[in-house]
Amino acid sequence: MFHIYCPHCAEYREEEEFHAAGQAHIARPLDPEACSDKEWGEYMFFRKNPRGIHHELWVHAAGCRKFFNMTRDTQSYEIKEVYKIGEKPSVVAE
Amino acid sequence: MTQQNRLQSGGRIDRSKSLTFTYNGKQYKGFQGDTLASAMLANGVNVVSRSFKYSRPRGIVAAGAEEPNAILQLGATEATQVPNVRATQQELFNGLVSQSTNGWPNVDTDVMSVLGKVGGKMMPPGFYYKTFMFPESLWNTYESLIRKAAGMGRSPLENDPDFYDHINQHCDVLIVGAGPAGLAAALTAARSGARVILADEQSEFGGSLLSTTEKLDGKPASEWVSAVTEELRSYDDVMLLPRSTVNGYHDHNFVTIHERCTDHLSDIAPVNQARQRLHKVRAKWVVLATGAHERPLVYSNNDVPGCMVSGAVSTYINRYGVVPGNELVVTTTNDYGYQSALDWHDAGRKVVAVVDTRANPAGERVDAARQRGINVITGSAVIDVQGSKRVSGVSVAPISADGNKVSGSVTKLSTDTVATSGGWSPVIHLSSHTGSRPIWNDEIVGFVPGPTVQKQLTAGGINGSYNTNSVLSEGLEAGLKAVAEVGLNAAEVILPIAEDVKEGAAMTLFHIPHVKPTSQAPKQFVDYQTDVTAAGIELACREGFESIEHVKRYTAMGFGTDQGKLGNINGMAVAAKALNKTIPQTGTTIFRPNYTPITFGAIAGRNCGALFDPKRYSAMQMWHVERGAKFEDVGQWKRPWYFPQAGENMQQSLDRECLAVRDSVGILDASTLGKIDIQGKDAREFLGRIYSNAWAKLAVGKCRYGLMCGEDGMVFDDGVSACLGDNHFLMTTTTGGAARVLEWLELYHQTEWPELEVYFNTVTDHWSTLTISGPNSRKLLAELTDYDLSNDNFSFMDWKQIKVAGVPARVFRISFTGELTFEINVQANYGTHVWEKLFEAGAKYNLTPYGTETMHILRAEKGFIIAGQDTDGSVHPFDLGMGWCVSNKKPFSYVGKRGMNRQDCVRDNRKQMVGLKTKDPKMVIPEGAQAVLDPNEPIPMKMVGHVTSSYWSANLGHSIAMGFIKGGLDKMGETVYYPLVDGTVIEAEICSPIFLDPKGERQNV
Repeated sequence: MFHIYCPHCAEYREEEEFHAAGQAHIARPLDPEACSDKEWGEYMFFRKNPRGIHHELWVHAAGCRKFFNMTRDTQSYEIKEVYKIGEKPSVVAE
Repeated sequence: MTQQNRLQSGGRIDRSKSLTFTYNGKQYKGFQGDTLASAMLANGVNVVSRSFKYSRPRGIVAAGAEEPNAILQLGATEATQVPNVRATQQELFNGLVSQSTNGWPNVDTDVMSVLGKVGGKMMPPGFYYKTFMFPESLWNTYESLIRKAAGMGRSPLENDPDFYDHINQHCDVLIVGAGPAGLAAALTAARSGARVILADEQSEFGGSLLSTTEKLDGKPASEWVSAVTEELRSYDDVMLLPRSTVNGYHDHNFVTIHERCTDHLSDIAPVNQARQRLHKVRAKWVVLATGAHERPLVYSNNDVPGCMVSGAVSTYINRYGVVPGNELVVTTTNDYGYQSALDWHDAGRKVVAVVDTRANPAGERVDAARQRGINVITGSAVIDVQGSKRVSGVSVAPISADGNKVSGSVTKLSTDTVATSGGWSPVIHLSSHTGSRPIWNDEIVGFVPGPTVQKQLTAGGINGSYNTNSVLSEGLEAGLKAVAEVGLNAAEVILPIAEDVKEGAAMTLFHIPHVKPTSQAPKQFVDYQTDVTAAGIELACREGFESIEHVKRYTAMGFGTDQGKLGNINGMAVAAKALNKTIPQTGTTIFRPNYTPITFGAIAGRNCGALFDPKRYSAMQMWHVERGAKFEDVGQWKRPWYFPQAGENMQQSLDRECLAVRDSVGILDASTLGKIDIQGKDAREFLGRIYSNAWAKLAVGKCRYGLMCGEDGMVFDDGVSACLGDNHFLMTTTTGGAARVLEWLELYHQTEWPELEVYFNTVTDHWSTLTISGPNSRKLLAELTDYDLSNDNFSFMDWKQIKVAGVPARVFRISFTGELTFEINVQANYGTHVWEKLFEAGAKYNLTPYGTETMHILRAEKGFIIAGQDTDGSVHPFDLGMGWCVSNKKPFSYVGKRGMNRQDCVRDNRKQMVGLKTKDPKMVIPEGAQAVLDPNEPIPMKMVGHVTSSYWSANLGHSIAMGFIKGGLDKMGETVYYPLVDGTVIEAEICSPIFLDPKGERQNV
């Protein structure tokens, strides 16, 4: 069970208050109509499943209801950092 | 019964408090302070179980959590049955009732053992799979018989009378284990002002010090234990948890502790006391001071009752005043093994011999044995044991210096007990729970905790440190480190000094050779609980299982309730030898939560019965209950399903409710619909991006139905939104989808369009929604308001802020039944008031309450979909025939637009929503029935669609159904068939799903 620091509440809270919302930094194409079916399919369905550093989107569902990003090691489950939407991760896979 | 093995004095038991217990129906006596195991040994009980596969008699081997054999069924009554209790960990109480869990007809006389004896050689690893593989269809039959023969204990057939608690805890330092290391760490942390939790699985603190004759500062070790415990108890910020097993070490220093609050008192907890608690601890630092388990050696017939690990023998003598036999032979590879001989001798019973695998053992314990005149046989080992239900003798033989073969002639010694020591295995279980891989340490011949990402410290036996002085100082060090890490100043702690015992080097040996090769020697057990032998592991290696993980799965080694605490290292050693590898090369051993089995009660805590899940009720709930409503669950909501009157069956109620709405007026409690308040200058733009239809021109005072799609273009929710002001909307969602929709809106706003100024708030519970529907609904509402309700002033899809029954209300003229309908929204607390006023005025219109089922029928008569019933995430608006609800003129590419224009979404012959009229109007097609075009086609038939909604329509006098048919919109008037499981076939005609009032005239009057 994770202990998660919500960057909006500025507090550690139990994982029970949060939902994981998938991979972070999946930007919606600005002009969807210009996307081929393949490009749109990749945007919708294709996600990474790395061993090690991964960037994830989380929401403080039973708290402030705000989304934020998390850099997490999928092997050790260490949370390397949390950062707000629009910000860039400071920890990235080598 | 006499306690023939009980010493007259000594031990930590209270001889003045005699306790009576039963084992397999027979009465025995023990004392306060006994475990069930120590009391059984005191009474000379030899056989405690029959083995899993071969049905061999088994006795008590150990004295703690590692015990593989004495796994008993407890409970005096049916409701208090508890399976899988380790007798070595169960404190004795008066009236305890215990039973062995296997053996038929009983453990002493067992029929299966004949098979075990005869079939022993014919039951290699994989025996059951290999033998009972064919025919596959019979495996379920075989399995139940095999399981019955194996014996696993049983769960109670009645409800558990006890309750269980969950408690959240936070601390600076959690210390696991209250032996010398744990106590030293706890004392250091507590004295320095840290918030400390000290947990230990035993009834009292002290760990190994409880079973030793060792002295600290020249005084009995127990005095130091008492002094430290007393001091710890005096600190406000220290929580002491005896009888509490730290069962799981999870991510981010989250630790679960299973506390047995009353299991030592009775098998049912005293009134108003929780039987067990699950502590959920978030610790800043964790100190693992979990000690070590002694490893038995692997020799032939090492499972005959009377074979025990050496340290357990010492524990029974020193802690419980029980000498578990009359004569002892020790077989050891190290100095520690001698301790049981010394204790046995000092208790006044005969030590036949200490058999040491080392040629020249030299250490103080060896000297002490020789001084006592104990026969020490060096360079030799016990290679075989005689006896079946109790050891009667042993075969001793010299072995080669590398321990690989017998190098001389065999001597037989008479004895009833064999104590064995192959060294110690650190208790690394908790450390490996979080994914840390243990590391082999040649020096201590065992695995120690590997690198970890947890804030974890280790001290004492877990590190392979067994000398009391080093154990104590490691505890102190861990305490100091933890204190520094949490930012406190360390207080001074002066440790007591133990006598230093000089030790000789141990020999690295696990598997004792026999004169015959392993495959032909009498069984040499590695894992007692799963009956895995050295020969079995060698066979697995020969059959090509090279990784220890595969060997374990093939042989079942380590898969018992004890997780192979005694056997895993020995098994790895046997496999390593067979594969010509080192132990670390064969792999490592990973333990998983829980350390010892935990009750379902402790896992469930109070989250059962009425507290399992929250229940949500509308404000009018009591009215519904008083009217005898039947309820249905919609998410957590309890919604009236239908309102039966005396003598009615369900269909009769539905028919009456449906007719009442179409003929006069009915009322539905629609309060549970999700309601989201949306404000901000970009609220309108936002709605346009989220819904598939247009919102730009919706005027204040107007309502509009909208479809919500995913990026794949598939419908996932729907509802009516009202424009309350230029920058203010009220969105309604399906009852079950409310939370998901709100998170969906937040997701898009926060991650995609943060530049839009828009705010969302859930207001579902703020409003009571009373829907009156039917031709007389206007007349009824007019009786409670002065407002002009005429069609010109208040037309279809308008909403008005008016007063109803003296209460401010938002009234929406929208319709889900196809009838003239007013949805009256009032502040939730006014709900019942308005509801009752409506009934006062409504008597003359036969105002009829209806539930969700009638709502479903009425909307189906109109062909209105229910998201989640008629949609399943694979249908887009055009599949539903709802292209009218899709705007292609919106400048912004709304969510779902690109998705529903993908190649697969625009192809021909997609499944499309149609109406279905059965040829026999009385037949109602079951929901979920599959459609075929040719009912005579052989199986597998080509399925062309399925039914999503299907009802009897009292208004129309025939059944109605909605469903999907491939290319259905082009197949109007064609016939499809629904073959059912009972062999009958329902024939239906494809039609428009709008069965009633296709022009929508009834709602627009």
